[in-house]
Amino acid sequence: MSLAMTLLRRLEGPQTLGRGPAFWTAFAIVIAAAIAYPWFADGYTVGNTAYFFCWVFMALGLCLIWGYGGALSFGQTAFFGLSGYAYGVLTLNVGAAYGFTLAALVLAVALSAVMAALLGYFLFFGRIGGVFLGIITLSVTLALERFMAQTAGPEWKIGAARLNGYNGMSGMPPLTVPWFDGEIVLFPDVALYYGLLGLLIVVYLALRILVNARFGNVLVAIRENPERAEMLGYDVRRYQLAAFVIGSALAGLSGTLYTAWGQYITPSSMGLTAAALPVIWVAVGGRGDLTATLLGTLVVLGGFQALTIYGSQYALVVMGLLLVVVVLAAPDGLVVAAMRGLGRLRRREAGR
Amino acid sequence: MTPLLETRALSKHFGGLHVTNDVNFALAAGEIHCLIGPNGAGKSTFFRLLLGEYTPERGQILYAGEDITALKPFARIRRGMSVKFQVPGIFPSLSVAHNLEIALQHHLEGASLGAEIRRLLAFLNLSAAASERAGNLSHGQKQWLEIGMAISLKPRLLLLDEPTAGMSPDETFATGAMVQALNRDGVAVLAIEHDMAFVRQIAQRVTVLHVGRIFAQGTTDAIIADERVAAIYLGETDAPPLRSVADA
Repeated sequence: MSLAMTLLRRLEGPQTLGRGPAFWTAFAIVIAAAIAYPWFADGYTVGNTAYFFCWVFMALGLCLIWGYGGALSFGQTAFFGLSGYAYGVLTLNVGAAYGFTLAALVLAVALSAVMAALLGYFLFFGRIGGVFLGIITLSVTLALERFMAQTAGPEWKIGAARLNGYNGMSGMPPLTVPWFDGEIVLFPDVALYYGLLGLLIVVYLALRILVNARFGNVLVAIRENPERAEMLGYDVRRYQLAAFVIGSALAGLSGTLYTAWGQYITPSSMGLTAAALPVIWVAVGGRGDLTATLLGTLVVLGGFQALTIYGSQYALVVMGLLLVVVVLAAPDGLVVAAMRGLGRLRRREAGR
Repeated sequence: MTPLLETRALSKHFGGLHVTNDVNFALAAGEIHCLIGPNGAGKSTFFRLLLGEYTPERGQILYAGEDITALKPFARIRRGMSVKFQVPGIFPSLSVAHNLEIALQHHLEGASLGAEIRRLLAFLNLSAAASERAGNLSHGQKQWLEIGMAISLKPRLLLLDEPTAGMSPDETFATGAMVQALNRDGVAVLAIEHDMAFVRQIAQRVTVLHVGRIFAQGTTDAIIADERVAAIYLGETDAPPLRSVADA
């Protein structure tokens, strides 16, 4: 009971914007609206929203590593691709019966976590930080992209799963949940939407608890002043590694969900453009806060897709421009700036 | 009695420059000891060796009789050492209370954590600034906040690197009173300091470092009266014989 109370208390704290009845009422209204949304929207739009949800986990992961931990990883897409391909290989070989797709999801995410632990061990225990961390993680994702792009030949297969080079892997089954009378297939419409909404709420709240707990305190301490954090008796490397593993596993979760959503994955999902986008989503919303990252990512994804309809090259230019403008005008992110402004306004009103 | 901190033939060089040279040093539990010496004497390097930020080429560091030479900094801190750097090492974008919370969460939580934060804020003269962003504090307040973080760990040994640098005379005196209050609770203090008024206020023993070696050691009065110590500060002496003023 006391553990549950402790966890509930940590839903809000110094590391997260939004607290008190006003915030949680707004939160409940947003959740209620999100639950009601499929009743008013057509299946395609709902499926498209589910597509946006797929990406948010990767952004939240980057928010943890970069915004809270201060280590800019450019390699989120490496784990996105790794888990996406892993889900494909596993399900193309074993199939979707008996809820195996869920086991494949867990295994694919676990693979990313293990690989992140391995890479992160060398990075953080080798005391690699700052810009070099970005360069190495970017190199890893680009190397993976190049590698997967040259797997077009028939010899590149794992069991029944052809890797297919630049065209990517396709035909893997969507997520299926075993149920009493058969199974529920989470096709990319209402069913997957609800599944992802639930998962998103759980991950968001769990991360809020994590960053407001002792772990999150140490993480922001490392971001602010790693030497001081170490001189308070914290093994900085372990905390950085833990954040990297959790954040990268979330990127892996995104990759798996994306692959299950569209039933395909290609090497370009690990390319340079793909690698830059999570950085933009997180920076634009506000890397220092989970809620800001979540909102910012959804808005930027929506805007990006709308722009893409008129011309993909312009959409990318706008994304680049957006990043530059935000870095110059609101370095903490647009959502964070807006939320702070709102807070100031409320205090001023209260002071009258 | 085993010293709380001891170095044996501790040596560190950067290229051909011997910054710490065969230093044999001992600090008793509960003692306030000041480390002085002209710029470039090797004081800060000696501190970084004690903390594990530098690895010595030769020699040993013992803490409460245990060889800690190979331990990482965080492991030394966990054994009861704590440090306040010359440039205030705080978490600038977090609130003052949050800075202290991060230091205190090792051994406290819940209501007792809050009570200890309030007690420390009062001790540090920072109660009014509890929710202030730490980066907005004055220089002296930042120094106090860092001292507060350092003592939050309940250390047996507190290392202070120029704790009064950039402070007004009033702030310096208040800092001295803080150090003495901590010492009354049994905390041993090793402080690098240039301000001789501060040294006089707090030190029970003084060690003079010069070109990486111990030049002289003794009571504060004996060191201040030593003309050779004055001479090295003026750059008139460069021969560093190892000797003790108290023995002379």
